[in-house]
Amino acid sequence: METKSIMIVGVGGQGSLLASRLIGNVLLQQGFDVKVSEVHGMSQRGGSVVTYVKYGDKVYSPVVEKGEADIIISFETLEAARYVPYLKKGGHIVLSTQQIDPMPVINGAATYPENIVEKLKAMGIDVIAVDALKIAEECGNAKASNVVLMGVVSTKMPFDEACWNKAVEECVPAKFLDLNKKAFAMGRQA
Amino acid sequence: MKKLMLGNEAVARGLYEAGCRIASAYPGTPSTEITETLAKYDEVYAEWAPNEKVAMEVALGASIAGARSFCAMKHVGLNVAADPLYTAGYTGVTGGMVVAVADDPGMHSSQNEQDSRHHAIASKVLMVEPSDSAECKEFAIKAYELSEKFDCPVILRLSTRVSHSQSAVELCDRVEKDLIPYEKNIDKYVMMPAKAIKRHPIVEDKLKAAAEFAESSELNRVEMGDTKIGVITAGICYEYAKQALGDKASFLKLGMINPMPTKLIRDFAAKCDKVYVIEELDGIIESHCRNIGVDVVGKELFGYIGEISQTIVSEKILGTKPEFDTFAENVPVRPPVMCAGCPHRGLFYCLKKLGVTVSGDIGCYTLGATAPLNAMDSTICMGASISALHGFNKALGEKAEKNSVAVIGDSTFMHSGMTSLVNVAYNATNSTVIILDNSITGMTGHQQNPTTGKNLKGDPAAAVNLVDLCHAIGIKSVRVVDPYHMAETEAVIKEELAKDEPSVIISRRPCALLKYVKHNPPLKVDSSKCVGCKQCLKIGCPAISMHDGKSVIDHTQCVGCGICTEMCKLGAIVK
Repeated sequence: METKSIMIVGVGGQGSLLASRLIGNVLLQQGFDVKVSEVHGMSQRGGSVVTYVKYGDKVYSPVVEKGEADIIISFETLEAARYVPYLKKGGHIVLSTQQIDPMPVINGAATYPENIVEKLKAMGIDVIAVDALKIAEECGNAKASNVVLMGVVSTKMPFDEACWNKAVEECVPAKFLDLNKKAFAMGRQA
Repeated sequence: MKKLMLGNEAVARGLYEAGCRIASAYPGTPSTEITETLAKYDEVYAEWAPNEKVAMEVALGASIAGARSFCAMKHVGLNVAADPLYTAGYTGVTGGMVVAVADDPGMHSSQNEQDSRHHAIASKVLMVEPSDSAECKEFAIKAYELSEKFDCPVILRLSTRVSHSQSAVELCDRVEKDLIPYEKNIDKYVMMPAKAIKRHPIVEDKLKAAAEFAESSELNRVEMGDTKIGVITAGICYEYAKQALGDKASFLKLGMINPMPTKLIRDFAAKCDKVYVIEELDGIIESHCRNIGVDVVGKELFGYIGEISQTIVSEKILGTKPEFDTFAENVPVRPPVMCAGCPHRGLFYCLKKLGVTVSGDIGCYTLGATAPLNAMDSTICMGASISALHGFNKALGEKAEKNSVAVIGDSTFMHSGMTSLVNVAYNATNSTVIILDNSITGMTGHQQNPTTGKNLKGDPAAAVNLVDLCHAIGIKSVRVVDPYHMAETEAVIKEELAKDEPSVIISRRPCALLKYVKHNPPLKVDSSKCVGCKQCLKIGCPAISMHDGKSVIDHTQCVGCGICTEMCKLGAIVK
């Protein structure tokens, strides 16, 4: 099988590391060769962060380059626009409608583009936009919005719900398991 | 059992399986998780040292005692540890000694882009370089064998993409290594001139033997495909080149970086029409090829800057370009910022307001240099804030002394700021040093340090009392402030700047991301009182932004620190 590529993008602190661990766990269960690439350190402090997940018969490079991503999962709307050049022709975007102003917008040096979702769709891209933050808050914790979005993503990938549930159980600390199971289920229904 | 592991976790697993007993390190992205993972294995003693030099000396001492030992650092940390490394090359080892060094091409979280391979060559120690997590484990085990075989420390060279990528690793059981009985050996371990001069020929001999070993070692691997293109590569670049070129090229993958083979390279090159060297940063492999008379194409095509990728390899060698669409509008950049509730924010706002020159250091607080605070004038390396301020003040005299400060974190102060403060006291400048004590090593992801009262395993440990320490160094004026109270903080800075003596201000408040730190409920803006004056935006809090002419607080980010309420003269920010 040809190598497939997923990008998880967002703002440092939004929980992209857990999301990539969930997908990685599911893919490993399917018997794929898997590579997950993360960036730690300074950019995690509120900067633009990106995680790559690649899978197939044999994966070499752990990074995803422009024009290579089959799916982009974005925890924040602007970040989807930033990384759209990485999307392969015919690829999908799953995004959260949460908007977080970056510092240049806060300072007034730049403006946050309007109607990003519509503009992405106008580019001919299949975009699924979900208010993951609102759903997570309904589940009881805003921090679970990453897992809500993974619930949405799971419907776009050809793997059993049981595999995803197993991944949630293996990747999430016991203390937060119930919350995250609920968040994942709500994401799947969204 | 196969498990997805970060390269760093896999290194730790390899060390564990190989019977490593003693590990010491100072945190540094992208190397930190190796030691954090090692600490989870009960059979391994692991510690955070105050700096990399200490860590390497601990590892060497444990090796002399007969244990398999380990130390880890980022590339710039190896500069700090270079002193013991260069002489450890001469003494050699008793128990195997492995040194993990993680380079950061592309500077994801570093102040320079140096290539640690130079250190291996210059210090005359062996170096191996894995390409993925499975090799991280395998090479860590191999490194111990090489260390003991050649009586030499072995550097395990990593890079950001290898350290921070997860791939599948097969787990095996630990093989215990008995301590090698300690024997006093003055000729080998006392490096005074008369002894060291006799060690140098031994070093040269073992490098020759290791180079011979490299000719047939399984660490170096030939994969023949189409011979029109030959690629000599190592580490992460092997992965990029394989994805880009696949069967269209033949590969010589070098796992052993110092020393490199000669005959193996010549034989490989002779089979290929054109040979490319693909390596990030400097042309180390390329220079070696040229030195042994092998004609290669390298840096003139790939350059010295940043990371390489499969796209770059395809473009440069095959001439193909990726296809993609771009968002039509300008997408504002999103640089890293101090977190909402960061205790450093209040302090940096005071420094900006006072307009002082700020000699900076390495840590989260380097973000004080970014807009809108812009409150930093220089940042060089760990510990340099204090010594550079001393030099700055010696050069410019009293006027500068009254208008400049150094800022340094608690962990960085313990790392190498202490000695600089000794210099301030001993050689007398009236410098003002601010220690930003957030009770943790922040930027690398919350590691304990000698001031926090806990060790790597989270157990209680002796805590350095910063106030007493500064007094003992000879600083009489030591003040402690809470940076959440900006008016008081500003007043204390002014008082200390005015004094005709050196002084230390400890700006103390735990990192807002620490689990034990209790957050207040998020604050709100009373829009009937807000006039949109933007005063509250001046502190650069990511939770505060303007929408429709009024300021708005993002409840998912705000931790209720309250420093914005000091900015708002209209009382519009409320609980």
